Amino acid sequence: MGQQVVNGLFLGSIYALFALGYTLVFGVLDILNLAHAAVFMLASFVALTLVGRFHLHILLAMPLAVLFAGFLGLLLERVAFRPLRARADSNISGLISSLAMATVFEAVALEVWGPNISRFPFGTVPETQLDLLGAVVSRLQLTIVAVAVLLFLVLTWLVKATRLGREVRAVAESPRAARILGVDVNRAIAAAFFISSALGGAAGVLFGLAFNSISPDMGRSVELKGLAVIILGGMGSMPGAVLAGFALGLTEVFVTAYLGASWRDAVSFTGLFLILVLRPRGLFGAAALREA
Amino acid sequence: MRFARSIGVLVAAALAATGTARAEQVVKIGVAISLTGPAAVYGATQKAGVLAAVDHVNKSGMLKGVKLEAVIEDDASTKEQGIAVFQRFINKDKVAAIIGPTLSNTATAADPLAQAAKVPVVAVSNTAPKGITDIGDYIWRVSLTEFQVIVPALQRMQAKLGFKTAALLYGNDDAFTQAGYAVMKASLEHTGIKIVGTQTFAKPDRDYNAQITALKALHPDILMVSALAENAAGIVAQARQLGWNVPIWGGNGFNAPAFIKNAGPAAEGVYVGTAWNKVSPDKVNQDYLAEMKARGVDPDQFCTQAYVGVLAIADAIKLEGGKGTREAIKAGFAKVKDLPTPLGLFSFLPNRDGSHPPSLQQVQGGKFQIVQ
Repeated sequence: MGQQVVNGLFLGSIYALFALGYTLVFGVLDILNLAHAAVFMLASFVALTLVGRFHLHILLAMPLAVLFAGFLGLLLERVAFRPLRARADSNISGLISSLAMATVFEAVALEVWGPNISRFPFGTVPETQLDLLGAVVSRLQLTIVAVAVLLFLVLTWLVKATRLGREVRAVAESPRAARILGVDVNRAIAAAFFISSALGGAAGVLFGLAFNSISPDMGRSVELKGLAVIILGGMGSMPGAVLAGFALGLTEVFVTAYLGASWRDAVSFTGLFLILVLRPRGLFGAAALREA
Repeated sequence: MRFARSIGVLVAAALAATGTARAEQVVKIGVAISLTGPAAVYGATQKAGVLAAVDHVNKSGMLKGVKLEAVIEDDASTKEQGIAVFQRFINKDKVAAIIGPTLSNTATAADPLAQAAKVPVVAVSNTAPKGITDIGDYIWRVSLTEFQVIVPALQRMQAKLGFKTAALLYGNDDAFTQAGYAVMKASLEHTGIKIVGTQTFAKPDRDYNAQITALKALHPDILMVSALAENAAGIVAQARQLGWNVPIWGGNGFNAPAFIKNAGPAAEGVYVGTAWNKVSPDKVNQDYLAEMKARGVDPDQFCTQAYVGVLAIADAIKLEGGKGTREAIKAGFAKVKDLPTPLGLFSFLPNRDGSHPPSLQQVQGGKFQIVQ
């Protein structure tokens, strides 16, 4: 029982971390960046190459991979979103062009790293186990949960208390009004993409370290879950994404353990459906009444 | 039996003696294997095995006056191409016997053609329990089914560890791992081991902690896992991370170098059943290894099974007094018994499936080692 709670919190922290970046862009632009999972995957591969081929320490390789993911976000914004922004149906076309970029990223990964599962070299992170009230927790797992919570706090502070954060929120409210007030809208959106993708990259590296299976399709196992988490948490709400991430992780673990893995997604997504019907703004979403 | 065989050899020798004046009889064997497509990794080593065996038989002089010739064609890992190749073998090349095709799936489509044309087929890598040799009396098989491998290997493991209960974990969204699970379940029931719990996962899953924790709580004596190599490593690593040191038995998917590479130290001690004991000190096996080494081939199970397929055909011809016709080879197969091969003493069972002792292997020092 205790062990399953630990399993659920750990899985939930991965979902939360992935969803944080997802929800940031979603909250700002009102569109889904479907290439988020591909950035997650590429960052993991980059960290793997830095550690495996260039023998960098993981504490150096991870920030570099996260930075790389951030720049991928800038590239994504510049290529897949900005050219379409002026169009009337930019939400749908952006969704599709981000899907195209995701496919390109996956193809690049296939070409460069091949289809097989790779893993970080043994001993990249110390594999020490701790005993927590009868449950086994690895130091890495604790680190991942801590990083998820820490990044959430930093991001909240960034959005609430900094000038950049205020600009991003102003753009979220109304790009036109923000522009009139002197906000560089393109810069604010690019910044949001940079931060979002960097977070996705951090999630990818930690996922790669935790499960030791890095492959071009690794993003698929979290892509849909991430989407569920941001809807559950209230689109654009960061505390919502974190709490919904943990809730989904725990739900999945307990459904798997007591009903069987075949029921896992059915139960999670039925829950999601009910939330959509009964409380469309999600658990923590602000009332979705934004007058244009 | 032995007497009959020596008579056979005498007759063969007599025939050969009279036949030396004549031109050598060439017996063509059609070899339909996957040289391209998903199963190409197996086809390449099967080709090496067939060519080595044909050379071995021709050089040994065990078939006096008869020369084997392999006609190798690519079945492209598909049913369509498999059927096309079989038609060519049967009607154009007029082969005396066919080896292959590589995949069970292809065999279910192509073998009925050979059965209808009365051309004997030897399956050397098909392991599907049903739908291969039951196609008809011309379809024979060297490769053991998974059930044939698991039951004796499981019994050997049980004799060593004396366990009574097992838990099962398998991928339920893949035909291969699901079939592997069905065989494990049947083997456990056959061996009288109680199944205390079963959990599943899906191919894209990377986190198995929930399933493993749930099974661990049931305290089974062993854990049996049917998974593809990509999931196998993660499962074993996470089980060990959770501090669970239960003996783990892996299905066929574990029989891949990628499993040991990705699981690393966690792979140590994992048990897997196998048809071929590579390190068997038996002379036939050692000679075979030396022969393959001289050819620059590092043989695996598939290479060896293909090699034995050719040996079985040669033995059938020998048992029929050196006659290399389709009917003679089919009749000869029924008499193949305790044939010394690198797989051990090989016989065809009355249901035309092959029979030889399988082995139990365990990961030790980063390699599969045979458990004696």
